[in-house]
Amino acid sequence: MESRRYLGTGVVHLILLSYTAIALFPIFMILINAFKSRKGIFKAPLALPDAETFSVVGFTKVLQKSNFEVYFTNSITVTVVTLAIVLLTAAMAAWALAEYKFPGNTLLGLYLALGIMIPIRLGSVSILQLIVDLNLVNTLTALILVYTAQGLPLAVFILTEFMRQIPNDLKEAARCDGINEYRIFFHVILPLTRPAIATVAVFTMVPIWNDLWFPLILAPSEGTQTITLGVQQFIGQYVTDWNAVLASLTLAIVPILLLYVLFSRQLIRGLTAGAVK
Amino acid sequence: MMANDALHREEAEEQKSGWRDFPTHIVIFLAPATIVYTLFMVYPLIDSVRLSFYGTAEDGQFYFAGLQNYVVMMTDTLWSEPFWNALKNNFIFFLMHMLVQNPIGLLLAALLSLPQVTGRSTYRTLIFFPTMLSVVIIGFIWQLILSPLWGVSESLLGYIGLEAWFRPWLGEEGTALLTLSLISVWQFVGIPMMLIYAALLSIPDDLTDAGVVDGANHFWIFLYIKLPLILPAIAMVSILTFVANFNAFDLIYAVKGALAGPNFSTDIMGTFFYRTFFGFQLQLGSPTMGATVATLMFLVILIGVMLYLFGIQRRLNRFQL
Repeated sequence: MESRRYLGTGVVHLILLSYTAIALFPIFMILINAFKSRKGIFKAPLALPDAETFSVVGFTKVLQKSNFEVYFTNSITVTVVTLAIVLLTAAMAAWALAEYKFPGNTLLGLYLALGIMIPIRLGSVSILQLIVDLNLVNTLTALILVYTAQGLPLAVFILTEFMRQIPNDLKEAARCDGINEYRIFFHVILPLTRPAIATVAVFTMVPIWNDLWFPLILAPSEGTQTITLGVQQFIGQYVTDWNAVLASLTLAIVPILLLYVLFSRQLIRGLTAGAVK
Repeated sequence: MMANDALHREEAEEQKSGWRDFPTHIVIFLAPATIVYTLFMVYPLIDSVRLSFYGTAEDGQFYFAGLQNYVVMMTDTLWSEPFWNALKNNFIFFLMHMLVQNPIGLLLAALLSLPQVTGRSTYRTLIFFPTMLSVVIIGFIWQLILSPLWGVSESLLGYIGLEAWFRPWLGEEGTALLTLSLISVWQFVGIPMMLIYAALLSIPDDLTDAGVVDGANHFWIFLYIKLPLILPAIAMVSILTFVANFNAFDLIYAVKGALAGPNFSTDIMGTFFYRTFFGFQLQLGSPTMGATVATLMFLVILIGVMLYLFGIQRRLNRFQL
């Protein structure tokens, strides 16, 4: 009986380990081969770089022939600015929906939640026209506006649910002290919302950083390309240069890898907490 | 009675003046989010539907055309063939996710939730990592791994004696779409795994303890006690998969370009929409035809969401605790 249980546990670990290997192997292959010479890449793709095959020629090429720093700065700017706007405006709206009774409260909540299920891409024809009319083609502002609209529905939804659970005594105590509603929101409520904000931040950030569609149609100029579009275009151009392709992929993977190492705990907690409800 | 009347009147008056005295702070809290969302999401979606009833003249002006675009899309083989091809491919893409991604996600979640498994958070974190990367990056990674030039897949198959099985799967008409679907499955398996795992965790222990007392093993407990309880989570995963699949574009565009080759065998609604809107080769792009494709995609997604909300979700609620 006992030994059968150990056997069972062993099989479970074997399956989980195999799947983990399948999930990570392709990424691992890219990362190790990016640091090899062309000869090393083709002669022994599965080997780690050693003294003989080690080379960073791919990275030098990428940094020389593309504006990687520009793409990177663009992506950071767009993501960080959008994130700040989404978090602030979504928290404000969520607070109003969760706290105050006013006619149309439920309806407005539903209206804002619609966007969780309907992909914003389907409005691209009119979005492009709107951006042309506003004279914002090939600007990061265009991306920021569209991504803000894209991120708001889920952010408002999650934050409203969270704010409904904030105990009454805290805000009532503040109201008794005669503190006005804005101060209650910024000084009492926002700090309490921090755990939910971390989750919302990750959910908002990842699709923006990874998006190809809107940079491609709204801001494809050399100076406004984000990293996803930049890598796509670069690889399209240097498709036969394996060193450069592997290096550019590695440069795109590493920031996300670092971020994931730092924030995976919050992200996974958010994913599991959200679904329990 | 009198007092009651007065109270009613007061209430009625309060409601009447409700709009006039609408507290400013509520408006200020709600306005920024509502305005940006309305202007850059709701308006474009509605305007796209409107544009689908217009035609584009030679000089780029729009004119009202009624249902003409839809008639052309359904009857002109130049349009209807690629449309049905993209829709069919998109259903295959979705089916592959339902048949491969979600069962694997379920299996991994079930294994992770077993009581005796240690290191589950490490497994979860590692398996979820590919989901975080850009679809574009994933597409290129697999293009390299599957490339006959590099030979990584071939030599891996060689280890288990299946070298002869290797084909340039991404390049052949018969296998390209299935291969791309599996790449997408590989990337997103973490999402069903996480959501189903969370649902499994929320099942109270006393329910499964009853099974343990009765002498049932883990497999039977899973099948007869846990699985019925997590059906709502599985339904939610399915609808999320549906919406994401019918809105997909990046992977096909990165690996195959806008032409979704070979011979349009990997063309899905997203790439068809892009080509219609921006044009390709000799065909000029048309915003109004693009809007028509977008509206049709919108309808497909709407039908899926409605089926979920009114069919599956309602029936499943009866099972819930």
